[in-house]
Amino acid sequence: MNRKSLAAAFPHTVPVLMGYLSIGIVFGWMLSAAGFHPVWSAVMSVTIYAGSGQYLGVQLLAIAAPLADAAFLTLILNFRHLVYGLSMLEKFQGMGWRKLYMIFSLTDETYALLAGVQVPEGVNEKDFYFSIALLDHLYWIAGSIIGAVAGALITINTEGIDFAMTALFLVIAVEQWQSSERHAPVFLGAAGTLACLLIFGPDNGRFLIPALAILVTGLLLMRPRLEGPIPLPKGGAAQ
Amino acid sequence: MTVLQIAALVAVMAVVTFLTRALPFLLFGRGGEHPKVVLYLGRFLPPAVIAMLIVYCYRSTSFGAPSGWAPGLIAGLAVVELHVWKKNNMLSIVGGTILYMVLVQAVF
Repeated sequence: MNRKSLAAAFPHTVPVLMGYLSIGIVFGWMLSAAGFHPVWSAVMSVTIYAGSGQYLGVQLLAIAAPLADAAFLTLILNFRHLVYGLSMLEKFQGMGWRKLYMIFSLTDETYALLAGVQVPEGVNEKDFYFSIALLDHLYWIAGSIIGAVAGALITINTEGIDFAMTALFLVIAVEQWQSSERHAPVFLGAAGTLACLLIFGPDNGRFLIPALAILVTGLLLMRPRLEGPIPLPKGGAAQ
Repeated sequence: MTVLQIAALVAVMAVVTFLTRALPFLLFGRGGEHPKVVLYLGRFLPPAVIAMLIVYCYRSTSFGAPSGWAPGLIAGLAVVELHVWKKNNMLSIVGGTILYMVLVQAVF
């Protein structure tokens, strides 16, 4: 990596800069509001580096969740990364030690940039990818430190700030909804989880374990239908 | 929590997050066909999981007094509306959260 590839990568990362600064600030602020020292915001953003994962992490820390619960929730939350990795297998080939960092730093936003970006002429392709990944990570770290310090210094009533996690998931859901023709998985996810919540109760989020089992089983049963041709909407033939 | 307990939780989250990102490279890095069922789940499980997590976020909703359900419902609808309208993550998340904070602190 060199200055040239960083300079070439920077303009592409500006949207992520804006997004990560603000989402990172909210994360840091939440963690400080939950009573944790700003250093932990920095540690989490350097080592975990996952937006929704760290929002969830604030809640897990706040309730001092058992390690097994934390591992399970992080795992299912991050399941989507499986798809990202699959489509980056070739891009990351031949990157040597930097491949490890590329895998570590493959967030939703970095994935979106890497998947869509054109490498400018005269710039080494691998340096360019690495620069994008590194810049995004730095924005995230900067945002969470700013938020954590602000949250520790400014004492306003922060009751309700944890709603940011709900808001983040709702935003992801809207985007998934708009980019897919198939909405059955959303209904399956909501209904299956709701059923488990009513049966097992809300304590510790343990109801997510049977819920996940229902989701996977349900999706496997729905596979012939979901992978089939998309049915025409009602009245579609007339349009 | 002690420093050690916090560090352990953070470490678990870091390791699991890295493993989920590394898994496809470990499993399929050598090339060849990707199992179709994995690709299928990779495509359709994420929206189901996000729906599940939204239910998780609302798990403490109670249907007695309006303060148990109204702030979450109103702010949630606002986030969706804002995002459909402006498609700006920052605006939807920060706007919805501030609205929620105002609702729980000052209105209900």
